[in-house]
Amino acid sequence: MSDTSFTGRLRSFADSDLFYSFRRSKTTIIAAAALVLLFVTAVFAPQIAPHNPFDIAGLNLLDSELPPSWMEGGNPAYWLGTDTQARDVVSSIFYGLRISLFVGFASVLLAAVLGVFLGLVGGFVSGFVDAIIMRVADVLLSFPAILVALLINGVMRGILPANQHEGAAIVVLVLAIGLTNWVQYARTVRGSTLVERQREYVQAARTIGVGRLRIMLTHILPNVLGPVLVIATINLGMAVLTEATLSFLGVGMPPTQPSLGTLIRVGNEYLFSGIWWVVIFPSATLAVLVLAVNLIGDWLRDALNPKLR
Amino acid sequence: MLVFLVRRLLQAVMVMLAVAFIAFLMFRYLGDPVNNIVSQDATQEQREEVRKRLRLDDPLILQYGRFVVNAAQGDFGVSYRNSRPVSALLAERFPATAELVLVAAILSLALGIPLGIYTALKPRGVLSQGLQILSLVGISLPTFVTGILLILVFSVWLGWLPSFGRGDVIDIGWWWTGFLTATGLKALILPSFMLCLFQLTLIMRLVRAEMLEVLRADYIKFARARGLRNRTIHFRHALKNTLIPVVTIFGLQLGGLIAFAIITETVFQWPGMGALFIQAVNFTDVPVMAAYLVMVSLLFVIINTSVDLLYNVIDPRLRTDQTRATGRGA
Amino acid sequence: MALLEVENLKVEFPTRKGVLTAVDNVSFSVEQGEILGVVGESGAGKSMTGAAVIGLLEPPGRIGGGQIRLDGKRIDNLSPDEMRKVRGRHIGAIFQDPLTSLNPLFTVGKQLIETIRTHLPMPAAEARKRAIEWLAEVGIPAPDRRIDQYPHQFSGGMRQRVVIALALCAEPRLIIADEPTTALDVSVQAQIIALLKRVCRERNAAAILVTHDMGVIAETADRVAVMYAGRLAEIGPVARVLQKPSHPYTAGLMGSIPRIGPRPDRLVQIEGSMPRLTDIPKGCAFNPRCPKAIAECHHLRPELRPVADGAAACLLYEGVTQ
Repeated sequence: MSDTSFTGRLRSFADSDLFYSFRRSKTTIIAAAALVLLFVTAVFAPQIAPHNPFDIAGLNLLDSELPPSWMEGGNPAYWLGTDTQARDVVSSIFYGLRISLFVGFASVLLAAVLGVFLGLVGGFVSGFVDAIIMRVADVLLSFPAILVALLINGVMRGILPANQHEGAAIVVLVLAIGLTNWVQYARTVRGSTLVERQREYVQAARTIGVGRLRIMLTHILPNVLGPVLVIATINLGMAVLTEATLSFLGVGMPPTQPSLGTLIRVGNEYLFSGIWWVVIFPSATLAVLVLAVNLIGDWLRDALNPKLR
Repeated sequence: MLVFLVRRLLQAVMVMLAVAFIAFLMFRYLGDPVNNIVSQDATQEQREEVRKRLRLDDPLILQYGRFVVNAAQGDFGVSYRNSRPVSALLAERFPATAELVLVAAILSLALGIPLGIYTALKPRGVLSQGLQILSLVGISLPTFVTGILLILVFSVWLGWLPSFGRGDVIDIGWWWTGFLTATGLKALILPSFMLCLFQLTLIMRLVRAEMLEVLRADYIKFARARGLRNRTIHFRHALKNTLIPVVTIFGLQLGGLIAFAIITETVFQWPGMGALFIQAVNFTDVPVMAAYLVMVSLLFVIINTSVDLLYNVIDPRLRTDQTRATGRGA
Repeated sequence: MALLEVENLKVEFPTRKGVLTAVDNVSFSVEQGEILGVVGESGAGKSMTGAAVIGLLEPPGRIGGGQIRLDGKRIDNLSPDEMRKVRGRHIGAIFQDPLTSLNPLFTVGKQLIETIRTHLPMPAAEARKRAIEWLAEVGIPAPDRRIDQYPHQFSGGMRQRVVIALALCAEPRLIIADEPTTALDVSVQAQIIALLKRVCRERNAAAILVTHDMGVIAETADRVAVMYAGRLAEIGPVARVLQKPSHPYTAGLMGSIPRIGPRPDRLVQIEGSMPRLTDIPKGCAFNPRCPKAIAECHHLRPELRPVADGAAACLLYEGVTQ
């Protein structure tokens, strides 16, 4: 049994091997740099975007469908060109990135909290509740994530009145993706909990009458957070991708509030009119984002937790 | 073997009943079924009438039972959106999806296994390293982006291949096939390639990893010590052991292909079940959603059960050891 | 001429921190029909020597120098395919774990037949007949039925019998057995060793028996080679080396074996442990642990020199011979 405690993981975090492997892996360094850049862009999008694509007053239809600035007919004010509505592609990407990353983080957070909670409960309470949770997890896992997310999405659209679809889109997405991805957390946490609860300190806490909830929160939870962190990183790429896919399919973010996926969907409709830049640049951004997250996730998994491989 | 078979079939039935229950709940509670059938200005009496006719006041368990019986006969009611029987809609969409998934599955195996073997046997080759990088990109690139790129290059710029639809299809009685016409085959190329790409990289990486693992095994070392030819060692001893996990993963991935077909069908406006499902999600067309869910689950269950059986055929350890064979089914 | 001659064999492992020498300047020979035992602690290089002889060093391991000759013909510089034809046909091998040596997805018959037909051209039916004979030869009951069974249907001891049949079925004249009984039940070990000895004797096949079990060596081998830290410490006839070891390390090894007798001696243990390959001391590799070490041992490396009816690498004898 390797050291699964949180402090143990922290120590292995700080272990020079990790930094060694980080410094050694050029791809990881590049991926990390790209990711930081994308984060900063997303967070400060309103401050650094050259235009506000949602300010209708600021749009000049004469400037629509401009190619990137280095091409013939390009306008230096619009570095990557404009779309059919004269919106600046760079600025659209910045704002889209913001929404994509927000949905990604929020759904990962939801999935992690839900999964950790259900895993703790399942592992600690056992019996019927545990059986139910794990059965549901099995069924969910046997379906592709995108299908489950689509179904949840569809059900929630059915519950909400049609006129609220646009406003609630971001919430619906976070719920759909979060509710799809909790299984891996739950399984991992349940496994660790089953091990931890046999340990002397937990047994001791029980005998002196510490409540179950308190034992879970103060004794077991800190010990299972390490693997959760790794899963969360890997899941972030998945979540961003799922959001983009749902938006691309037209059941995610609406065009009034576009994420990268929505931008690609809208751009795709103009593919044959030759304005390739409105689809290629958001696609490239999305690809770089997902690739960077995946590379870092892979590296983190290998470096920290060979057990999860 | 028979015990195992019966157990697996029972499990499959249980899963299907559970899925049917979810579908039933959606059908019953997602929106008011009555509202979706009667016209906007129907009177209260008309509504009551429909309610009675649908027997929505019966006990829940009875309604569920009726739903299951109807579903088992392929009756999922009438689509809210285009007022046609759902079963008819699905039946006319099914061949398109089936042909797309079939071609993609064959492509992913036919390319993924040899490439995986190659990269495992020649890990330092330039081609191998290139393929490794490509597969990493392939796994990270969103499938719809790949599709758009394919359309941009092969349809918009080069104009070689069609970017939407199935081309000409031929009615062979109970099935509309695109396999028998030149345009039908041409129309299949881009969508099936897009659909298979993700699975292809997955299978390639899996075969590579498994093969490398197997090549380190003692029985391979012993096979070398016996002086067997490299060809025999790689393609008889190593490959057979490599393919066992590949069979499992491929079974799971076949389900993935059906799900990802939704995206492919959207990108290429392919008239399959996935495109139908997306429309249904968009318009909360519950009968279609429920029917798709049941149908896809049925496919999954069939695939998973066959994979388990296939496993038994390939691996002699399971075949003769009954206790383990049945234990695995859980 | 000896069947196998190994001369100044060197096995190297390039690593991040430099090239490690796992087998250093080892020379020995094996006569026709002779059983040579190779003993030493784990990591002493004994398995590596066997792997080098059969040409199955795991990369990045490589032969860094010296020669290996079979029937006077060099085999250390053969092309991979030529070496493959030597393996199984001229040199057979048996590895430690019979549970993992057999491919679980093929019947034992298939594995036997493919080995036979790879090296000895004959029709399938005849190869099958011979495979059944081999199974009978290694003591497997009802061989004509067992031949179509899979490895998991055999017990551990039975599997090692199958492995022996596989190693011998193309009639090699040299067998390299690397810890052939370590993974087996104690009760089965003796049977397997006896079987190995019998089939070798009957065919006049020679064997290199790699083990850390002195008992097995005493029982089976004609001569014994003692390895320490990648070097040959001593080589000589079994009876003499066991009773009157020349090298202090061998003496230490003998002292650490429990004996049953009227007056059991106290177990003597060698102080310290074998050095890692990364920090082998200067001079004699054994010097830090040697009870008889003299000043020269710390900087002069002893060569293997004839001592009594064998040879030893120890400075104590350099003085004697010089």
